[in-house]
Amino acid sequence: MDMFKKNPSLPVFIAVLVIFTLAVTFLSEAYGAGAISTSFVKTLGKTLCLALVAIAMDLVWGYTGILSLGHFAFFGLGGYMIGMWLMYARTKIIVLESLANAPLPPTASEISDAIGTQIFGVVGSSEFPLVWYFAHSFWAQIALVVLVPGLLALVFGWLAFRSRVTGVYLSILTQAMTLALSLYLFQNDSGLRGNNGLSGLQNLPGVDGISQDYISIWFFWASAFALLLTYLIAAFIVSGKFGSVIRGIRDDEARVRFLGYSVEGFKLFVFTLTAVIAAIGGALYYPQAGIINPAEIAPIASIYLAVWVAIGGRGRIYGAVIGAAFVSLVSTWFTGGQAPDVNLGFYTIKWVDWWLVLLGLSFVLVTLFAPKGIGGLFDLISGRLSPNRHGVPLGPDKGSLREEEAEK
Amino acid sequence: MSGSGTLLEVSGISVTFDGFRAINNLSFNIGHAELRAIIGPNGAGKTTFMDIVTGKTKPDEGKVLWGELSRNLIGMNEAKIARAGIGRKFQRPTVFEDQTVFENLLMAVKNDRNPLAVLFFKPKFKDLAKVEELASEIGLAEQLSRKSGELSHGQKQWLEIGMLLAQDPKLLLVDEPAAGMTLGEREHTTDILKEAAKTRAVVVVEHDMEFVRRLDCKVTVLHEGSVLAEGSLDHVTKNQDVIDVYLGR
Repeated sequence: MDMFKKNPSLPVFIAVLVIFTLAVTFLSEAYGAGAISTSFVKTLGKTLCLALVAIAMDLVWGYTGILSLGHFAFFGLGGYMIGMWLMYARTKIIVLESLANAPLPPTASEISDAIGTQIFGVVGSSEFPLVWYFAHSFWAQIALVVLVPGLLALVFGWLAFRSRVTGVYLSILTQAMTLALSLYLFQNDSGLRGNNGLSGLQNLPGVDGISQDYISIWFFWASAFALLLTYLIAAFIVSGKFGSVIRGIRDDEARVRFLGYSVEGFKLFVFTLTAVIAAIGGALYYPQAGIINPAEIAPIASIYLAVWVAIGGRGRIYGAVIGAAFVSLVSTWFTGGQAPDVNLGFYTIKWVDWWLVLLGLSFVLVTLFAPKGIGGLFDLISGRLSPNRHGVPLGPDKGSLREEEAEK
Repeated sequence: MSGSGTLLEVSGISVTFDGFRAINNLSFNIGHAELRAIIGPNGAGKTTFMDIVTGKTKPDEGKVLWGELSRNLIGMNEAKIARAGIGRKFQRPTVFEDQTVFENLLMAVKNDRNPLAVLFFKPKFKDLAKVEELASEIGLAEQLSRKSGELSHGQKQWLEIGMLLAQDPKLLLVDEPAAGMTLGEREHTTDILKEAAKTRAVVVVEHDMEFVRRLDCKVTVLHEGSVLAEGSLDHVTKNQDVIDVYLGR
């Protein structure tokens, strides 16, 4: 099939992912030797979700040339949507248990009030805001995971692309959207518990007897499966004529227009699709993290996303996966206090403080000296070289591939 | 209507950029299967004329009527105009340099342009045959799997013309196709354009008189945004106004 021919990395990726999933399973506390702690299983599961959203970022930036600095907002929204159901359903169980001993059986409104007080007590309220209208229904909230970020992306994208906002201006606009969303969620009356966010998401309603050892590995499997699906979808999208058109848009969108393709339509399609992918990633990530708050949606998170893709190597799907996995795991290592301090005699480098500096520095170095990123290392093995274009990029547009990023 | 009648009618268009009148009440017609050269000194409005017809620039006034139904093209976007059957070749060769000659041509071949249709597009035999046919017509049959960024300047120009032909437009607007070409390449380009003009209208904007002479077609001379003279090359080169503003210099 075309998809496999155009993506020789696809079988390798599938094999690595399957082996990795099996290895983690047989080393986990739930199903194996117990060499990997449950909290580390969660870290790995979360990392897979980050790799998933990085693929979305690569599609929108690496392939279509839209440097969106807002995709983590869609990721967070997906998390909020699933978090609402998790919190509601679990609180309801607790409330029903405590009301079971009451002399009179509780009425529906008493139950609702009790749940409301439990959830919104921290923000001084007990009323259910309108946005929680569907929170009692698992399937409705699952649908909202896709619909809310999808509609936001559709409306935002339609307005931005229709006005032909491109390049830096579009990036700024997406940052503004992210900032506005996180500031809104920080407010107590936003209906989503302000800066407290939603918590206790690791406890699945109705499976109280089952320990986190098992739940963590289930989520790990779900994340691995979602990553696999995303990879396949991304490979399918970029390998055919659609891939040609979006890479054309990245390098020279005016030319694509004169070929009769509606550039705005294609951009909107990719933007919305990747927002939905990001949201699904978030819906799998936050139950593993256990908590989501507006800080997760802060503009910096979306910038990290771009950094991961850049360090991994944009315009190649496995590059995004490697970048996200590598940087987030290394980041966990450094910021988790595991990295040994470096004593210089006059000053001790504590990595918890210096990690961001190191990350920023490596981003600059990769951009300057190894634009293909970590993914470019595979080109050394396969012998694919960059063309010699004397420094001329592959197209006139801002997002077009640079000479060093391209392949002969 | 075969061969005769009007395909494109430009009527009374004017456009002003910050007070500079680039096109001034310009009107002329182009027939169905016609080869036409547009010449004129720098700033005569040649490229602006193309920008208006292809939807890149909106004129201040006037109409551009298209096809048998005489649809007004003003107000339509670039992609829609391209789908209506107007292809455009830019002055510099603009092909997708990171993609192969095959991918470039396949993208241009006339098919449904809607994103979903494109996503699930599988090239059919006729699409592949069309790509092969065009590639040999433009002399790039051996280069199909090469990235177009590696091609020579002349080859890129042909590839772009090939992409235009793949769109199967009714009207081809070609901006200085011979710029930067060697003599041999120019001859090949002339052949391609003449061949194309047998089945569709081709408008060539060109500076180079020798190239225009080789095209051997009706010539429209633009000056300061409107038509100065029209007719055969010999006819317009004898025109005193033309000699004064253009050839005399």
